[in-house]
Amino acid sequence: MTDDKDVLRDVWFGRIPTCFTLYQDEITEREAEPYYLLLPRVSYLTLVTDKVKKHFQKVMRQEDISEIWFEYEGTPLKWHYPIGLLFDLLASSSALPWNITVHFKSFPEKDLLHCPSKDAVEAHFMSCVKEADALKHKSQVINEMQKKDHKQLWMGLQNVVSTWSSQEIETTQRVKQDRFDQFWAINRKLMEYPAEENGFRYIPFRIYQTTTERPFIQKLFRPVAADGQLHTLGDLLREVCPSALAPEDNPTPKRQGLDVQACAQKV
Amino acid sequence: MSSRPSRHREAGQWARAWPPLPARPLGRPAGEGRLGFPAAEEQSPRPGRSAPAQRWNPVGGFCEKLLPSDRWPWSDVSGLQHRPLDGVALPSLHWEWESDWYVDENFGGEPTEKGGWTYAIDFPATYTRDKKWNSCVRRRRWIRYRRYKSRDSWAKIPSKDDPKQLPDPFNDLSVGGWEITDEPVGRLSVWAVSLQGKVWYREDVSHPNPEGSSWSLMDTPAEAAQISCGPHDLLWVTLWEGQALVREGISRNNPKGSSWSVVEPPTSENGIMHVSVGVAVVWAITKDRKVWFRRGVNSHNPCGTSWIEMVGEMTMVNVGLNDQVWGISCDDRAMYFRQGVTPSELSGKTWKAIVAGRESDRSHSGSSLSLLSAGCFFGDEVRGSGESCAPSDTDASSDAERPGPDQPVPAESLDCPGDPKGSSASGPGTSRTTEHPAEVASPATQTPRPEPRPGPACTPAEVPWTNIDLKEPKKTPSHPLAGLPETTGLSSLEVLPLGLEEPYGADDHPLWAWVSGGGCAVEAHSVLKWFSVQLGLSPSVQTLSLSITPAQTAAWRKQVFQQLTERTKRELENFRHYEQAVEQSVWVKTGTLQWWCNWKPHKWVDVRVALEQFTGHDGARDSILFIYYVVHEEKKYIHVFLNEVTALVPVLNEAKHSFALYTPERTRQRWPVRLAAATEQDMNDWLALLSLSCCESRKVHGRPSPQAIWSITCKGDIFVSEPSPDLEDPAHPLPCDQMFWRQVGGHLRVVEANSRGVVWGIGYDHTAWVYTGGYGGGCFQGLASSSSNIYTQSDVKSVYIYENQRWNPVTGYTSRGLPTDRYMWSDATGLQECTKASTKPPSLQWSWVSDWSIDFSVPGGTDQEGWQYASDFPASYHGYKTMKDFVRRRCWARKCKLVTSGPWLEVAPIALGDVSIIPESPGASGNGHSVALWAVSDKGDVLCRLGVSELNPAGSSWLHVGTDQPFASISIGACYQVWAVARDGSAFYRGSVSPSQPAGDCWYHIPSPPKQRLKQVSVGQTAVYALDENGNLWYRQGVTPSYPQGSSWEHVSNNVRRVSVGPLDQVWVIANKVQGSHSLSRGTVCHRTGVQPHEPKGQGWDYGIGGGWDHISIRANATRAPRSASQETAGERSGEQGLPSGPAQVAGALQESLGPVCC
Repeated sequence: MTDDKDVLRDVWFGRIPTCFTLYQDEITEREAEPYYLLLPRVSYLTLVTDKVKKHFQKVMRQEDISEIWFEYEGTPLKWHYPIGLLFDLLASSSALPWNITVHFKSFPEKDLLHCPSKDAVEAHFMSCVKEADALKHKSQVINEMQKKDHKQLWMGLQNVVSTWSSQEIETTQRVKQDRFDQFWAINRKLMEYPAEENGFRYIPFRIYQTTTERPFIQKLFRPVAADGQLHTLGDLLREVCPSALAPEDNPTPKRQGLDVQACAQKV
Repeated sequence: MSSRPSRHREAGQWARAWPPLPARPLGRPAGEGRLGFPAAEEQSPRPGRSAPAQRWNPVGGFCEKLLPSDRWPWSDVSGLQHRPLDGVALPSLHWEWESDWYVDENFGGEPTEKGGWTYAIDFPATYTRDKKWNSCVRRRRWIRYRRYKSRDSWAKIPSKDDPKQLPDPFNDLSVGGWEITDEPVGRLSVWAVSLQGKVWYREDVSHPNPEGSSWSLMDTPAEAAQISCGPHDLLWVTLWEGQALVREGISRNNPKGSSWSVVEPPTSENGIMHVSVGVAVVWAITKDRKVWFRRGVNSHNPCGTSWIEMVGEMTMVNVGLNDQVWGISCDDRAMYFRQGVTPSELSGKTWKAIVAGRESDRSHSGSSLSLLSAGCFFGDEVRGSGESCAPSDTDASSDAERPGPDQPVPAESLDCPGDPKGSSASGPGTSRTTEHPAEVASPATQTPRPEPRPGPACTPAEVPWTNIDLKEPKKTPSHPLAGLPETTGLSSLEVLPLGLEEPYGADDHPLWAWVSGGGCAVEAHSVLKWFSVQLGLSPSVQTLSLSITPAQTAAWRKQVFQQLTERTKRELENFRHYEQAVEQSVWVKTGTLQWWCNWKPHKWVDVRVALEQFTGHDGARDSILFIYYVVHEEKKYIHVFLNEVTALVPVLNEAKHSFALYTPERTRQRWPVRLAAATEQDMNDWLALLSLSCCESRKVHGRPSPQAIWSITCKGDIFVSEPSPDLEDPAHPLPCDQMFWRQVGGHLRVVEANSRGVVWGIGYDHTAWVYTGGYGGGCFQGLASSSSNIYTQSDVKSVYIYENQRWNPVTGYTSRGLPTDRYMWSDATGLQECTKASTKPPSLQWSWVSDWSIDFSVPGGTDQEGWQYASDFPASYHGYKTMKDFVRRRCWARKCKLVTSGPWLEVAPIALGDVSIIPESPGASGNGHSVALWAVSDKGDVLCRLGVSELNPAGSSWLHVGTDQPFASISIGACYQVWAVARDGSAFYRGSVSPSQPAGDCWYHIPSPPKQRLKQVSVGQTAVYALDENGNLWYRQGVTPSYPQGSSWEHVSNNVRRVSVGPLDQVWVIANKVQGSHSLSRGTVCHRTGVQPHEPKGQGWDYGIGGGWDHISIRANATRAPRSASQETAGERSGEQGLPSGPAQVAGALQESLGPVCC
C-alpha cells in the first residue's frame, strides 16, 4: 500500500494523547502539574519530549536533574522503540490519555539505552532504515542515496512531529503536506522494487510481544511463497509466531491497523 | 484513361494468373489460433490484362492471321501464353471484375493513335507507337480491372499453387512489416509456420492484393513452431527444439530477409515456447512459463544481447503497436497488460490485469458497436464453420455460452486505428485503410467444439471476419506448444455462465487463451482505464495481485483504512485540545517566480517558490528552497538545501530580473537553477534572503577575510570566497566547485587583493576604487550588510553598435546591402540586428546617460566620419578607402550608467586600466613596509602607489614611472619583481624594485612568445605567467633571483581569458569555454592542479564556478595547508561524510586561528 496516500497519511499523522506525570519520589520545589501532549506515533520519545523536560525541570532543583527517562506502569519505556509501538505494546487496552511517568533519577541502566542527544536517535533511525533496506534490496537503494536524501528522510521524520507556527493557516497546512511529501519523496524509493521482481527480497519486520522475554521476533521472510502465492501478514504470523494468531484465524492484518509494509516501515 | 489511378499501371502485371493455394483450410490446432490479417478496406481494383497481337500481310494488312510460328493472337505480354479475352479468369472467388475489357490507348505513358496499336518488325521486338514501312506486326493491350471483393469477410486463400510447393497445414501465422522503412505503402509481410515446421512467406501481400500471390518456402535450419513478425524488420521464429531463429537482413528491397541466426533460450532445460516481437522488442515465454525480455534488440542487431527474466508466469505474450505488451497469465488465465512500457523503458514496469467483467460482457455481447466505440476489442478466436458473418446478437444461446468480448476499453485512451463501422458493411470503396492487424482473444472456455458453430459477434469493422472451416482442428501437436494441453483441459469449465442469474464473482473471470494487441495503439503515457473497475483498488495492490484477488485486496484496504480511521477517532477525537509534542517555528517565504525549466525546449515557466527556514536540533538553521512547478499537468517540485548552494549569481539579462543558483553538482553540469522575478525589487529581496540563508548555514558572515579570493562576473558583480586551507593542498586540493561564493555590493571590472586586506578595484569607466572593509551593499540590506563603510558607487560603460554599408556603382555607399549581407545596423559580429532605437542598456540596472555618438577609437582606425573599410563583411577593417573596398562600417557608442552601493571608495583622480598589489610571502606578516601597489592608467602610464598600508589601503600618492610606450597590464610578485605588458604585446621587467626603491630603476624588454601579442601578466612568489591575445597561457622559464627576467616562454594552456598567480605560486584562471554535462559555459574559474616547486606549470585544470566569470584574484590567499593539519582536516572532512558545510566551517576555524578582521 505504498501508494495508498490515505492510509499513509493516517499512519503519518497518527497521534497519541499522553499525560506526563512526574514520579512521586522526585524531589520538587513545588508541585509538578501533569503535562498533556499529543505524541506522534511515528517518532521517538526523546525526540518529542523537550517540552516535557522543560516543564518538569522548572519545578526541580538543578542538582536533582539527570537524564530523563519514562515509564508506564512500572515498565521503563525504550526510547528507541517508535512511540506507536510502545503504546500498542503496553497500553493499547488502557484508557486514554496514556499516562506516562517521568523520571529524572535512578536511570534503569539494565533496561534502557542512554540517549545522549538527538543524533543518537538519528543514528538509530538511519540504521533501522538501512537494515530494512538490506533485507528489501540488499542495501542497494540506501547506498545509492546521497547524503542529502538521507537527511531529507530524517528531516521529514523529525518534522512529522512538528506543527508549524505560521501566520497563515493555509501555509501551515501546505507545509505539513509538503513535509509528508518530502519524506515520501525519498521513502518511496525505499519502498519500490524492480518490475521484474515480485516484491522485496525479504519483508523487513519485527514482531514485538509482551508475553515473551524475547525482545522481538525477526526472521527472513520472502513476500512470495515458493509456489508464487503472495504472502499475507497472516502467513507471516502463522510461520513465525503462531501463538499470536487468534483462533478464528483472520488473515487480514489487525495489529495497529497497518499492513505488513507499513509495519516494516515502522520498525 | 486519366480516370484510372496511375498506380494500377505501375502494378504492371500483364494478365497474370494468381497462384493457387492448397485446398486446405487455414487452420490451427484446437485451442490455438490467431488470425491477424491486414484489414484492407480500400477497394482497389487491379487490372487484368490481355494483349491481342496482329501481323501485317500484304493482302489484308494487319490481321489476326498470324504465321504458324507466331505467338498467340491473344496472349499475355510475353506472347507465350494464350489468353483469349473470355479466357481470362479472376484469380479467385474473392475477386470481381470492375469493368469490361477496353483497349489501352496509352503506350509508354503516351497516348497512341489508331486504337492503341504498337508496331514492330516482328514478335517479340521493340514496339513503337508509329507504324513504319517495316512494321510487320502490331499489338495492343486490352485492360480489364478487377478488385478484391472479399472485404469484411473471411476469405480463403486460394489454393492453386504447384502441389509440390503446397504448405502443409499451418501452425502459426504472423503479419507485419508494414512499417519497413521506405517500402511501398500498403505492403505487408505475411509469414506462416506449418505443422511440419516449415516457414513460408506469402508473396505480394499488399492492401490492393490482401491474399497475396504465392507461398515461398523459406529454408530453416530446424523445424519451426511459431513465428512473430514485427511492424518493422524484426522476425523471430521459435523452434521445436527450444531455440529461436532470428531473420537477418529484412529491408525494403528484401522483405524476406537474407539469413537466419539462432538465439539460444535463456536456460537450456526450458526452451522457448512462444515469442512475440514489436518494433524494437522481443518477448518470449519458455516452457516453464517464465516471461523473458530480450535486451538490446534493434534493427542493427535483431538478435539482441541477452535475456532478462520478467515477473509473472504467462501462457503467451503479444506485442502490439508501440511495443506495448499483452499477456495471458498462466495462473488465472486473466489478460494482463504490461504497464509502463515507454521508448526509454521498453520492458515496462508491471503486469496489470485487464478487468474483464462479465456483466458488461453480457450486456455488450454481440454488440459490435459498443466494442468498436472502444477502438479495441478482445473477441473470440475464430472457430466453427460458416462462410458468412453470423452476428451473434441473433444467436442468444451462443451468447450465453461464450464469455465473449472484453469490457470495452475507453476510446480516449486509445489510438483508434480505423473508423468504426458496422460489421455488415462489406461494400467496396468504403472507409479508410488500416494497416494494423487486429486482435483476437480467445477464452479457453469455449475451445474445442466438435461441431461447427456460428462465429462470434464481435467482428469489428476494420477486420470483419468470415469464419473458415476448421477441418483438422483438434490435433494436438506432439511437442508442447504454448499452453496447449492445459488449454484444452480447461474446456471442462466451459459451461459456466449458462443460466446464471447472479452476476459473477470477482474472481470468477473468463479464462483467456489468446490475446493480440496488434490493432490497439496505446500511447506510452496514456492513462488506461482497463484496470480499475473494482472500486478503490490502488495500482500497486493490483499489480501485486497475481495470486491475491483484487477483491480481497480491496476488502483489506477498506478494513485497514477503517481501522485507522477508528483509531484516529479514538485517540484524537477527545484530545484535540492537547498541545502538540513539538512546535517548531518555521519561517517561510513564498512567492512566485519564473524558472528556466530543465526540459527541452527550455523556457521560463511560472513556479511557486518557498524558502523554509527552521532550526535543527543542534541549533543550526537549515533552509530549503522549494520550487513547485507543473509539467504535463502534474505537480512536481525540486528542492535545494541552501547549505549546499555555492553561489547565487545575478544573471545579465535585458528582459528579466534573473539569477542563477549553483550547487557543486550544478556547477559541474554547467546548469544552475535559473530563477527570474517580476521586478528588480522582488529579485533583490529573494537574492538577499537566499544569500543570507546560505551564509547562515555556512556560518559565514561579516567582512571577507584578508585571504579571501575575489572575483567578478561579466555583469560586474563582485564575489568573494573564503579559502579553505586545503584549497592549495598539493595532495588533495579541495575541488573548486565546492567553493562557496558570496556577493559583495558594488560594480567593478577588475579587483585585486593582497593578504593584508588591501583590495583595489577598477570600474568599467576606469575609476579606481579601494575596499573599505564593509560588506553587503547593493541589493543586500539589513543583516547582510554592514552598517558603515557602504557608499554609493556608480559605473559607466558604453554600448556599441555598428552601422554597416555596402558600395554600389550608382549611389556609392548606401545602407542597402546585399540580401545576404549582415544587418545594416548590427552588433560587432553582424549576426544580431542592433538599431539605435532597439538597443537597450545591458540590463535593467543600467540607464542611458548619453546619446549615440560615433566612436573613432576603434582598432584599425577610422576616417573622419568614423568609417572603416573592408573588401567584404566580415573582414579586417582599415581606416581609409581603397579601390577594393566594397563595404564599410562605423561604430556608434552610447553611454549608460549604473548606480549601486558597496564597500568601495573612489581613488581619485587618475583612471586606471590595471592594478596589482604585492602578494605577501607566506610567513611574512606585516613587516612595517608599505604595501607595494602598481597600476597602469587608462592612458597607458605606469604608476606606483605610495603609502599603501592596512590602515590606509588607498595610499597617499601616485609615483609616475616613465615608459617608452603605453602599457596595458602590470603585476608585482612577492619579491618585488614587477612585470608589465605594453600595448604592443611585448613584456617588460622592471629592475631593482624594492621597499626602499619602490619605483625601481629601468625597464628590461622581454620579447613576447613567437607571433603572439601578450595582453596580461601575473607574477606570484616566483612564477611568472603571461596571457596572449589568443588565449594562450605562457609560463616564464628560467627565472632565478640572479636572472629575474627568465629565459623563455613555455606554453601551458590555451582557452584562458584571465590569469591570477598567487603568493604560493598557485595558478588560477578564467577559462574561456568549459563544457559541462548540460551546457557550455564561457568564463569559468579554474584552478591549476599539480603545481609543485619542481613542476611549476602544473598538470591540469580543476573547474569551478562559472560561466559568466570575468576576473579572479587569488593573490591574497597565502593559506597553505600545514602538512599534518591538512591530513587532519581531510580526516575530519571524511568523518563528516562530505557534509557540504565542512569546508566552510574549516575555513571559518582557520580564519579564527589567523585572527581575521571581524566587524
